Amino acid sequence: MGTIVAVTGNEACAQALKQINPDVCAAYPITPATDLMQRFSSFVNDGKVDTELVLVESEHSAMSACIGAAAAGGRVATATSSQGLALMWEMLHIAAGTRLPIVMPLVNRALSAPLNIHGDHSDGMGARDTGWIQLYSENAQEAYDNTVQAFRIAEHLDIRLPAMVCMDGFIVSHSIERVEYIDDGDVKKFVGKFKTVHPLLDLDNPKSYGPLILTDMYHEYKRAQHEVMTKVPGVVLDVAADFEKMTGRKYSLFETYRLDDAEMAIVVMSSAAGTTKDIIDQYRDRGVKIGLLKPRMFRPFPFQEIADALNHVKAIAVLDRADSFGSYGPLFSEITGAVMSMKSKPAVINKIFGLGGRDYLPVQAEQVIDELIQVAETGKVEAIKEYIGVRE
Amino acid sequence: MSKKYWETLPQGSVVLEAGSSAKFKTGGWRSMRPKWIEENCIQCMFCWMYCPDMSVKVTAEGKRAEFDYDYCKGCGICALECPGKKGKKAIVMEEEGK
Ligand code: SF4
Ligand code: SF4
Repeated sequence: MGTIVAVTGNEACAQALKQINPDVCAAYPITPATDLMQRFSSFVNDGKVDTELVLVESEHSAMSACIGAAAAGGRVATATSSQGLALMWEMLHIAAGTRLPIVMPLVNRALSAPLNIHGDHSDGMGARDTGWIQLYSENAQEAYDNTVQAFRIAEHLDIRLPAMVCMDGFIVSHSIERVEYIDDGDVKKFVGKFKTVHPLLDLDNPKSYGPLILTDMYHEYKRAQHEVMTKVPGVVLDVAADFEKMTGRKYSLFETYRLDDAEMAIVVMSSAAGTTKDIIDQYRDRGVKIGLLKPRMFRPFPFQEIADALNHVKAIAVLDRADSFGSYGPLFSEITGAVMSMKSKPAVINKIFGLGGRDYLPVQAEQVIDELIQVAETGKVEAIKEYIGVRE
Repeated sequence: MSKKYWETLPQGSVVLEAGSSAKFKTGGWRSMRPKWIEENCIQCMFCWMYCPDMSVKVTAEGKRAEFDYDYCKGCGICALECPGKKGKKAIVMEEEGK
């Protein structure tokens, strides 16, 4: 069952798209996602998929074409990064508000200025309020697995929302790792046949997409959109359970590592979680009770579940690979939102790290844990938000 | 339990009834009203062609008929384009409510 390969994150996601064989992909190249769609376009060229590949003149057009194709009644995918996602911005809201289950690997990259092509979460975090489901991946295996699962989640008849599958630019997208591919037939069976909802191409039942809705009903449509998001966690867990049956690989709304008996926790997403786990092991060997929580689903954000998982710790460090200038890091704001509902109010600190692809080094994780030990002992927080790994 | 209003809305704000925009009488937006002066009309149908709405009606015989004031927004394009007869316009714009 399955095939073990040595591939990059981009290659793995392209493979997932090949196995799913979407009806339409509209894409525009942007580093570091270029290579993903380039590989996929080879599959199209070589007749390995039946996908209609639409080569457009910008990401705005890419998402517009995806919206059109999804409204027409197709299974649709694309991929992008950074400025490309930024250029899609208005269309992202339209895809979500129109409830179109488009799946989009997002290879996370910093936003300009200054111009930078390397990995951080500024792009994904900037799109957190667009109404898309967001899954973040630690490595190539997770990026591949999340892509396969994203189709089932997005297309679920109770959901019908677009989904982004995020992975760190270059660190994951361009590094070769061991990945276990699922057999083609199993992927096909897992995602199932695409079911249409109100397809425009059903010419016997003409309909209109994108109406003007003003003060009389807009508020109600947004209320309904909020309601749909509340159903997403249940579907994500159901899909994960089926996925585990097929592959043995376990997924949830978030991952915990040595957290059950921990007195302190680090919350961090994506590739930096791997490094952090190694350092946690070293501190555990010295008897320090530290654990990790790695959110997988950032939108919708599982506040209650995360609050339950962190309820017993005294101090939390939230590591953000993006900044909300003039505020805290975006992940920190969510975690403190979760802390609100806890009886025990742990101290929470925020570290901004790794912007523009700056390496997240073991020594940074060590500094954070050393500070957490102090905070847990004294209950005192010197600075809530701080940049780490800054050249001084 | 009966559903709340927002729970009954079609998914993704899709309008499932074809041609339902006819129910939305947009003529009320008009502040200027085009007036057809039939004796100056040469039946060139420019007004029908230029109207960005579909507010110039046509008879079964393909002749110019009255304006459809349920939808005409008073943009004045028809009046501007109308060649009229011997320098006299067949469409003039008048202030609504005068
Ligand atoms: S005023 Fe404008 S909308 Fe009205 S009939 Fe003339 S062209 Fe059409
Ligand atoms: S444009 Fe003027 S002349 Fe021509 S059909 Fe219309 S009203 Fe008559």
